[in-house]
Amino acid sequence: MRLIPNRAWAATILFTAFAVLPFLAVALDDSYLVVIASRILCYAIAALALDLILGYGGMVSFGHAAYLGIGAYAVAILSRAGITDLGLHMLAAIAAAAVFALVTGAISLRTRGIYFIMITLAFAQMAYFFFVSLSAYGGDDGVTLNARSTLFGQTILEDDTALYYTVLVLLIGLYLLAVAITRSRFGRVLTGARENPVRMQAIGFSPFRYQLTAFIISGCMTAIAGVMLANQTSYVSPAFMNWHRSGELVVMVVFGGIGNLLGAVAGATIALLLEEWLAVLTEHWPLLFGLILVLVVLYSRDGLSGLFRGRR
Amino acid sequence: MSLLEVRNLRKSYGALKVTDDLDLSVEEGELHAIIGPNGAGKSTLIAQLSGQSGSDGGSVRFDGTEMMGRAMHRRVRAGMSRSFQITSILPGFTALENVASAVQARSGSSFRFFSPVAEESALNDQALAALDRVGIADRAFFNAGSLSHGEKRQLELAIALATRPRLLLLDEPLAGTSGAEADRLVEVMRGLKGAVTLVLIEHDMDAVFALADRISVLVYGRIIATGTPDQIRDDPQVRAAYLGEEEGT
Ligand SMILES: Nc1ncnc2c1ncn2[C@@H]1O[C@H](COP(=O)(O)OP(=O)(O)OP(=O)(O)O)[C@@H](O)[C@H]1O
Ligand SMILES: [Mg+2]
Repeated sequence: MRLIPNRAWAATILFTAFAVLPFLAVALDDSYLVVIASRILCYAIAALALDLILGYGGMVSFGHAAYLGIGAYAVAILSRAGITDLGLHMLAAIAAAAVFALVTGAISLRTRGIYFIMITLAFAQMAYFFFVSLSAYGGDDGVTLNARSTLFGQTILEDDTALYYTVLVLLIGLYLLAVAITRSRFGRVLTGARENPVRMQAIGFSPFRYQLTAFIISGCMTAIAGVMLANQTSYVSPAFMNWHRSGELVVMVVFGGIGNLLGAVAGATIALLLEEWLAVLTEHWPLLFGLILVLVVLYSRDGLSGLFRGRR
Repeated sequence: MSLLEVRNLRKSYGALKVTDDLDLSVEEGELHAIIGPNGAGKSTLIAQLSGQSGSDGGSVRFDGTEMMGRAMHRRVRAGMSRSFQITSILPGFTALENVASAVQARSGSSFRFFSPVAEESALNDQALAALDRVGIADRAFFNAGSLSHGEKRQLELAIALATRPRLLLLDEPLAGTSGAEADRLVEVMRGLKGAVTLVLIEHDMDAVFALADRISVLVYGRIIATGTPDQIRDDPQVRAAYLGEEEGT
């Protein structure tokens, strides 16, 4: 049974739904809808980035929230220095994330399995405590942004709908980029190294270089999510890189179905929606959420995307 | 000068000397079989030659260049490929993708991120030719993990061939294949003779004596004899250490 014929169709449907959502918000006169949807899209970018290395590269990073934080602090730090342009915020975030990913990835990739998970977590915690100790930027409390980033010198992102569409365009662009990468020569080596690293070496590849490159690409994409998330909340604090948040990103990927990119987008969407709804129902919502996650993982190894395809 | 020159190669696992001061020369173009009882250290030798495992000492010269200390993927790029006794494939890839990956490894950079690799016909055509050569072209679009054991052995050889090696180290390519599959693989190896230098580890003595130009006998990590098939068949030391044992069982 296949309700949705293929991923391209599913992506078209999902992204079209996101594109028309602001109109629905107007019709319902519910401006909060756009705010929560923007948040969802930011996390969708981060989950997509994580799925690229987790699903295709077999690298379970438990420290990806660090890149959200790096992106967010790039906005805070540059804004205070009087640089407000979104493009420059992005560039700074990407550059900082690339350096962090290069250094921590090169060390983490010397390990496998649970050790890789722990070491990525440890590096993220180091980043977390670095920003906690950064008293110029509020330490533990973080800083409130006076204004959102500017686009071509204009303050249009102050409008929630404009911000929403900016994040949506970024998500679609990065989704298409991620799909292209997974189908490319590079993507084949990355996937092959996950399947059987010794085999890849025996045909002449050194998996490390490809894995590290993917790790850096993923970190940079997540930092872009961090830039947009800071703009969405107009507030930046070390909580962006809390290890809970790294865990939530992994949950989103698993929830949506590991290794198909669109699942990560769907996983982020449904995880955050459930969080919203369940939180209204009961303060013990994490319990319910946990239960739902257990059921999804038990009944479909491919997460929610697997449910659409029926059980294997 | 020999294509492969191994001198004083050593490796121990704890107190067990698995490769014990081993010397071996393989001439360009020959098919050099290595036989020996179970646990003699044949697979360990292949692992050391290919760079999969380290060595405790000695020298491995390939085409005059010292390979010791070079990683496996660099030895492959230099022209030394191997197959595995225990099938090692990419189970989630199709058979074609398995072989195309090996073609890709030697055809230009793999730091290409945008164009779909599945549409690179240069890779696919060569991969299909290798599959055809080992006799499983009809399995090209099957998941490698779903192939039968014998077909996986054929795929294993196709992958190794696709790296276009000058020296091919084959670790029991016939193990676990059916009669027809084994015949096919023997034919493939016969076809390779002369064009590719082959080191063949094999327990199937009919295949070894039919194919080999020279045979080395490995016992307890040492080569106790090297010679033509006739010389080896008549060597009393070999008969005592190995062939006699075979006849006894
Ligand atoms: N990783 C290891 N650690 C400890 N001992 C090992 C290891 N690998 C191999 N050995 C031992 O080294 C010896 C040689 O093993 P090897 O696999 O090289 O033999 P082989 O000649 O290929 O045998 P077979 O014909 O059964 O394939 C055996 O006694 C084996 O138990
Ligand atoms: Mg063996």
